[in-house]
Amino acid sequence: MSSREAILSAVKKNQPVESELPELNFPFTSVNLKDTFIRTLTAIGGRVMDVTSWNEIVDNIKATYSTTSQVVNTIQELSADFGSFQRPSNPHDLKEVTVAIMKGDFGVAENGAIWLTDEAMGNQVLPYICEHLVLVINAENIIPTLHEAYERIGNSTYTLGTFLAGPSKTADIEQSLVLGAHGPKSLLVFMITS
Amino acid sequence: MIKTGNTHSELADKFNRDKKRVEWHDETLWFVRVKRDKAALQIPVWEQLREAASQIKNNVLGNLHNYLVQFEKNAQANGIRIHWAADAKEHNEIVHAIIKKHAINHIIKSKSMLTEECGLNEYLENQGIEVIDTDLGERIVQLAHESPSHIVLPCIHWKKEEIGQLFHQHLGTPHGNADPQFLTAAARTHLREHFLKGRVAITGVNFAVAETGEFVVCTNEGNADLGVQLADVHIACMGIEKIIPQRKHLGVFLRLLARSATGQPITTYSSHFQKPRAGQEMHMVLVDNGRSKRLASDDFRNALKCIRCGACFNTCPVYRRSGGHSYHTAIAGPIGSILAPGFDLKKNSDLPFASTLCGSCTNVCPVKIDIHQQLFKWRQAVVKEGHVDLSKKVVLKFTGFVLSHPLIYKLSGTLGRWVLRNLPVITNTRLNTWYKQREMPPAPKQSFNSWYKQNKRV
Repeated sequence: MSSREAILSAVKKNQPVESELPELNFPFTSVNLKDTFIRTLTAIGGRVMDVTSWNEIVDNIKATYSTTSQVVNTIQELSADFGSFQRPSNPHDLKEVTVAIMKGDFGVAENGAIWLTDEAMGNQVLPYICEHLVLVINAENIIPTLHEAYERIGNSTYTLGTFLAGPSKTADIEQSLVLGAHGPKSLLVFMITS
Repeated sequence: MIKTGNTHSELADKFNRDKKRVEWHDETLWFVRVKRDKAALQIPVWEQLREAASQIKNNVLGNLHNYLVQFEKNAQANGIRIHWAADAKEHNEIVHAIIKKHAINHIIKSKSMLTEECGLNEYLENQGIEVIDTDLGERIVQLAHESPSHIVLPCIHWKKEEIGQLFHQHLGTPHGNADPQFLTAAARTHLREHFLKGRVAITGVNFAVAETGEFVVCTNEGNADLGVQLADVHIACMGIEKIIPQRKHLGVFLRLLARSATGQPITTYSSHFQKPRAGQEMHMVLVDNGRSKRLASDDFRNALKCIRCGACFNTCPVYRRSGGHSYHTAIAGPIGSILAPGFDLKKNSDLPFASTLCGSCTNVCPVKIDIHQQLFKWRQAVVKEGHVDLSKKVVLKFTGFVLSHPLIYKLSGTLGRWVLRNLPVITNTRLNTWYKQREMPPAPKQSFNSWYKQNKRV
């Protein structure tokens, strides 16, 4: 008997009587979603800017990062200023990227996380290998909690989907928080109201 | 029986020789527990979430067979290659075979308690494969040839000065520099080289969804993601109990996990891997290693609900004051003390006793495992199987006799009070383990029973 059969038959024999799955019904207290999102994401090390135009985003990016930065952009609306990303054959070619710019699908107010999938990433390594990550989300796309998030994701398919909440960080050395463990050292989020 | 010198109490004794360090360890972990409380209190539906998480996990255990089959089918349709391992040995062999196929002798690995449980690092190193742990805390203990002392905070027992010294030796950082920011930057540079070299990346798994055939890995550092996105091969290792039914259930668990673990609203990265990317090979190893056997036990099955948040560690007064290594097992703390006896009762017969049974672990557990009840039940199993030493056996037998004979109980109370008042020297000795690090209490003149009889108003 293969291990697969052995494990499955042992599980079948030993598992208890099945119990019901619970209803998921968690009302959320009505809050200002945008404010909560900004406050939460700021508290975990992200920086959020409320903007009303793409030009404002361009100006802020130019003001924030040095002109010698290697910038990679996957957003069409910004391609005039930051070019458009050419998918490299090898993810290793992205190791020198300083700033990566991409779109996020939506933000979760309660935990400051932004959902994005491989489609928006250009290359799946990009949001992790860059030194600074810039995400743009539509200010209307802020939802209360993860329950609404999964409702929204529904049964869509992706290669990689991720909730990304702040810059990469660690507190492994004596619980001292350090931003920029292995991934980006900073996260800048533009919330655009058009 | 366990070898003398290696029991929890003996190892804890060793840890307690450095009083200052114990206090620091205690306070650091309590600080994390307080952060957990603050985070939990911000969620008005926290208790409902715990209840839902517990019910989902109960449902999983009762339907595990079908969920596993469903997950396998969906994951395979997504292009993930599924392997089944009956035990640690088979798990290690499967992983090794995949690495060997690619003729590679260097791999990178993000945190996975399952691979710790299976002893994967040691196994692969014996086959001539270099394993680089990429989580900062895990890399620190790996450089020091130690195992993690906490499932979420692997090097919580290390002081920054010691880490500075360790990095000075291994990474060439300046002698005497113990700044966490600086040391983390040095580790980032050091590990980035390995990330760029790694063609096979191993990760653990936090949740696998039967409905969609995807799995979720949570980290703060981004080490799991960076590793797998640069590597040609991703191997995810998972215990069979990590399955959850539907994608929407992730909403419950991800709201609980990081808040319970460190007080964060969510980990920086909660990555959902549904398919291998173009040109990448994705494997998943499903490991039993005693889990299916535990499933049959009404008393101990619930431990399989664990989502490895570590909240029970941080709250446990015994863990905080004895350190993770005193538990001599891959998973320490209260949850480790109820998991380990299931693997080997004889070898871990001391662990159910490494607790005050205060119940705090049960109260913080996000999936409502009755940890302290199980500790108590394991104690009974240990005694029944004869794995307690003679002195404990005699004392327990004697106590049982006294407690079941009211007259003798009364007499021994009188005798005890008399001795404490008149001959304290008998109790103030090293033979009395209660006296260790404690003063004996002042004895009242009369028992509560006789006081009550005198004072009760009829």
